[in-house]
Amino acid sequence: MILNDYLILSTIIFVIGLIGVLRRKNLIMLFFATEIMLNAVNIALAAISKFHGDLTGQMFAFFIIAIAASEVAIGLGLLILWFKRRNSIDLDTLQSMEG
Amino acid sequence: MEGFLYTALFAPLVGALFAAMFGNSPRKIWVGVVNSTLLGLAMVASLILMFHIFGTGTNVHVKMLDWIVIGNVDIPFGFVADQVSVVMMVVVTLVSTMVHIHSIGYMDHDKGFNRFFSYLSAFVFSMMILVMSDNFAGLFIGWEGVGLCSWLLIGFWYHKEDQEKTSDMYNSPFSTLSPHSSISPGYAANEAFIINRVADLGMLVGLFLIFWNIGSLQYDVVFAQVGGLDHGLVVAIAIFLFIGAMGKSAQFPFNQWLANAMEGPTPVSALIHAATMVTAGVYLLVRANEIFTVVPEVGYFIACLGAFVAIFAASQALVATNMKKIIAFSTLSQLGYMFVAAGLGAYWVALFHLATHAFFKSVLFLGAGNVMHAMNDQINIKKMGGLKKYMPHTALIMTIASVALAGIFPLAGFFSKDLILEAAFQSHAYILWFILWVTAGLTAFYSFRLVMYVFHGEENWSHNKEDENYQHPHETYPFVIAAMTPLAILAISAGWFKAEFVEMTTKMLPTLHEAGIHHPSSAVFWTLVAVTTLMAGGGIAYAVLKFNKKGSYHSDKMKETFVYKLLANQYYMPHLIENVINKPYLAMSKFSWKEVDLKVIDTIVDGIAKIVYTTGEESRAMQTGNLSKALKWMTLGVVILLAVAVAAGNLK
Amino acid sequence: MFEVIAFYLFAFLTIAMFSITVFTKNALYALSSLAAGMIFISAFFFLLEADFLGVVQIIVYTGAVMALYAFGMMFFDSINDVTEKISSPKVVFVLTGMIALLVVVMFAAPIIGENAQAFYPVHPEYGNAQDVGLVLFTKYLIPFEVAAVMLLVAMIGGIILAGKKMDISYTEMEEQDIDKEIGKDIK
Repeated sequence: MILNDYLILSTIIFVIGLIGVLRRKNLIMLFFATEIMLNAVNIALAAISKFHGDLTGQMFAFFIIAIAASEVAIGLGLLILWFKRRNSIDLDTLQSMEG
Repeated sequence: MEGFLYTALFAPLVGALFAAMFGNSPRKIWVGVVNSTLLGLAMVASLILMFHIFGTGTNVHVKMLDWIVIGNVDIPFGFVADQVSVVMMVVVTLVSTMVHIHSIGYMDHDKGFNRFFSYLSAFVFSMMILVMSDNFAGLFIGWEGVGLCSWLLIGFWYHKEDQEKTSDMYNSPFSTLSPHSSISPGYAANEAFIINRVADLGMLVGLFLIFWNIGSLQYDVVFAQVGGLDHGLVVAIAIFLFIGAMGKSAQFPFNQWLANAMEGPTPVSALIHAATMVTAGVYLLVRANEIFTVVPEVGYFIACLGAFVAIFAASQALVATNMKKIIAFSTLSQLGYMFVAAGLGAYWVALFHLATHAFFKSVLFLGAGNVMHAMNDQINIKKMGGLKKYMPHTALIMTIASVALAGIFPLAGFFSKDLILEAAFQSHAYILWFILWVTAGLTAFYSFRLVMYVFHGEENWSHNKEDENYQHPHETYPFVIAAMTPLAILAISAGWFKAEFVEMTTKMLPTLHEAGIHHPSSAVFWTLVAVTTLMAGGGIAYAVLKFNKKGSYHSDKMKETFVYKLLANQYYMPHLIENVINKPYLAMSKFSWKEVDLKVIDTIVDGIAKIVYTTGEESRAMQTGNLSKALKWMTLGVVILLAVAVAAGNLK
Repeated sequence: MFEVIAFYLFAFLTIAMFSITVFTKNALYALSSLAAGMIFISAFFFLLEADFLGVVQIIVYTGAVMALYAFGMMFFDSINDVTEKISSPKVVFVLTGMIALLVVVMFAAPIIGENAQAFYPVHPEYGNAQDVGLVLFTKYLIPFEVAAVMLLVAMIGGIILAGKKMDISYTEMEEQDIDKEIGKDIK
C-alpha cells in the first residue's frame, strides 16, 4: 500500500462529510457530518505519519480528537438551549442574523 | 527711476482695487476723484520717465519677481521703459486720465458708477503691463487682461435686452442705420471677447514657436537670435503673431467686434477703442519689428491688408447714422493706416500715427459722449442738428479733432498721415498709396458729415416738452471740458514734435533709410503734400457745402440703391458670420451636448455607478444569515483556493 | 496481501457506513451508522501501526462522543418532522465533486517531500504506546497542558449551558440559609 491510496480514501470520506454538511437541514445531522470530516483528516494524518516514519502526524491526530470531543460537548449544549427556545432544530430557522 | 516705473504701473491697480471695494454701493463721487488722481500720478511718472529717456538715451529695466522657473523655462515679471514703451505709456496714461475725469461727468446718473471706475482702472493696469513688459509672456498677460476688461466694460449695461434681428434696415442691429449698435451689450461683449480669443490662439502658437526654437521669451534674447532661424519658421512666427494683432486691432476678418463695441459707455469707447486696446496690435508689430524685418514679404501682406481695411471701414462710415459707429469706423480705418506703415517697415511712423491718432480720436469720442449726454442718449445723427449754439465748447473741440483727423496742416494728423502716404509712395507701392489717398478723402468727408449733421443745419428735434423727440441740450460740466482741452491741444500740436520723436525712437526702431524708404526729392515731396491736402480739403468742402442747406440732404432714391444698402448693412458681413459661422457652430454644440455628452459620457458615468449599485444588491443575497447557504459559499471558496493551489503548483 | 484485503474491506465498509449517515432520513440510523464508521476507522489506525491512536479512537470517539450524541438525541422528540428539502441539489454535488476532483489530483500527483526529515522518528523497538507517551510528555508537553485547560473550559461551558437557576451561590450563605433553601425545594 502506498501513501496515495490512504490519501485518496481520506479525500473520499472528507467529501462525503462535505456533502452531508451542505445537504442536511437537521442540525444534529450537520454535526454528524462534521464528525465524519474530522475523522477523515485523522486518517490522512496517521497515514502520512506512518509512511514518513514520523510521530508528528499521530500527535496532531490526538489533539484533533481531544478538540473534537470538547466541541461536541459545547455544540450539543448550545443546540439544546436553542431547541428550548425555538422548539425546532431546522437549519432554516437559524436565520435571524440577516445582512 | 525705478520708483517712477512702479508708480506708473501700479497706481491704476491701486485705483481699481480701491473702487472695487465700493462696487455695490451707490455712486460716490470721491471714488472717481481718487481714481483720476491716481491715474494722474501714473501720467506724471510716465512723463518724467519719457523726459529722462529722451534726455539720457538710456532705458530703465527692472526685474520685479521670478514667475516661472521650472527646468529650462525662466520667465520673470520684468518691466522695461525704453523708447517705444515710454511713448505708449505716456499716450495711455494721458488719455486714461482725461477719460477718467470725463467719466465723472458722463456717468453721473449711472448706478454702476463705482464699478465703472474699478473696471476702467483695471483696464489701464492691464494695458500698462502689456506695454511695459520685457518679455512676450508678460505681454500676453496684459493682452488677456485688456481683453477681459474690455469685455467687462463693453457689457457694462449687461441687463439690456437683446434686440430682434429684423430685416428692416432702419431697425436691425446688423445695420449702421439703426438706433442699436448691436444686439445687446452682453452680446457685443461676448462677441468682442470671443473674436479676440480666437485670434489669441494664433498669437499663442506664435509664442510657442518662438519659445520652442529660441528657448526664451525675453525680447532681447529673441531678437538677437531670430536672424539665425530658418526663414520659413520666421515667416510662420510672423504670421501667427500678426493673427494675434489682427484680433486686437480688428483687422479683417476679425473686425466685427469693433463697431458693435459701441454698446458700451462712451468713455470706454474713447479709451479702449480709440487709443489703447486696439493699438495693442500695432504695438506688438512695432515691438517685434526685428522679427518682421527678417521677412519683408509678410510685412508687405500686412500692408496690403491694412490698406484694404482702411478703405473697407471708411466706405461703411459714409452712410452710417449711428454717431459712435461713424467714429468707430474711422478708428478702424486709421488702424489700417498704421498697419500699412508697420508693414512697409516704417515702424516709427506707425508709432507716431498711433500717438497722434490717440489724441484726436479719443477727444472725438469724448465729444460724442458729451453730445449723447446732452441729447438724452440719442445716437442717430439725423435726429440732431444745430447744437452749436447750445454746446459751443464741445463743437469747437470736435471740429478741431475732425480737422486733425482729416490731416490738414498744421494739425497733428497732417504730419503722421502724410508720412504714411509718403512712405507708401517711396516704397514703390503705388496701389497702396492710391487706396490710402482715396481713403483720406473719404475720411475727411465723413468726419465733416458728422460735424455738419450734429452741430449745424436745421434742428431735427423739438423744444416742446410734449413732443416725442423733445430734447434739452446743454453743455456739460466745466471740468469735463477742462479734461478734454489738453487732448485737443495735443491734437493740434503733437505733430510739431516730430523731430524729437524721430530722434528718440530711432534709437530702437529702424530709420526710414534702413527700411529702404528713401527721402523723396523736393519736387516729389511737395507734389505729394499738395495732392493729399487737395483731397482732404476737397472732402471737407464737399461735406460742408452739401450738408449746410436746410431740408433733405440726399434724395430718397439714393437710399434704394444697391451700394447704399451694401454699405448700410456693413457689406452683409454680420449676416455672413451669423449664418456661416454662428449657426453651424450652434448646431454642432447642440449635437455634441445631446448626442455625445448626454448619451455617451453620462451613460458611461451613470453606468459605472449602476454597476456598483447592482453588484451590491446582488451580493446582498450572500448575507441571508442562512447557515446552509453560508456553508455552500464556504465550499465554493475552498474550491477556488484549491484550484489556485493546483494551478500555482503546476506553474512552478 | 493481508494488508491489501483488509484495507479494501474496511474502506468499503467505512464509505458505506458514512454514506448511510449522510443520506438517510432517520436520525437513529444515522447515529448508529456513524458509530459503526468510527469503529472501522480505528481499524485503519491499527493497520497503520498507530495502535494507541486506534484505541483512543474507540474509547473517546465511539464511546464518549457517540454517547453524548445519543443523550442529546433524547431531548428532541420531533426530529422526524424536519423536512429535508434542498433548494438546489445540483449545486451541492457540483461543488463537492469539484473539491473531490481537485484534492484527488493533488494527492495523485507525485508526492513532494521525498526528502522530508522526520522530526520525531518512530522507534519500532518499543511499541507504539510507549513511543507516543515519550513524545507526548516531553516534546508536546505544552500542547498537552493547553488541551487540558481547554477541556476544563469546555466542561465549565457545558455546565453553564445546561444548568438551571444558578443565581444563588451556596458558598457564601450561612448554614441556616442553606437549609432554608433546601427546605424550600423539598416542600
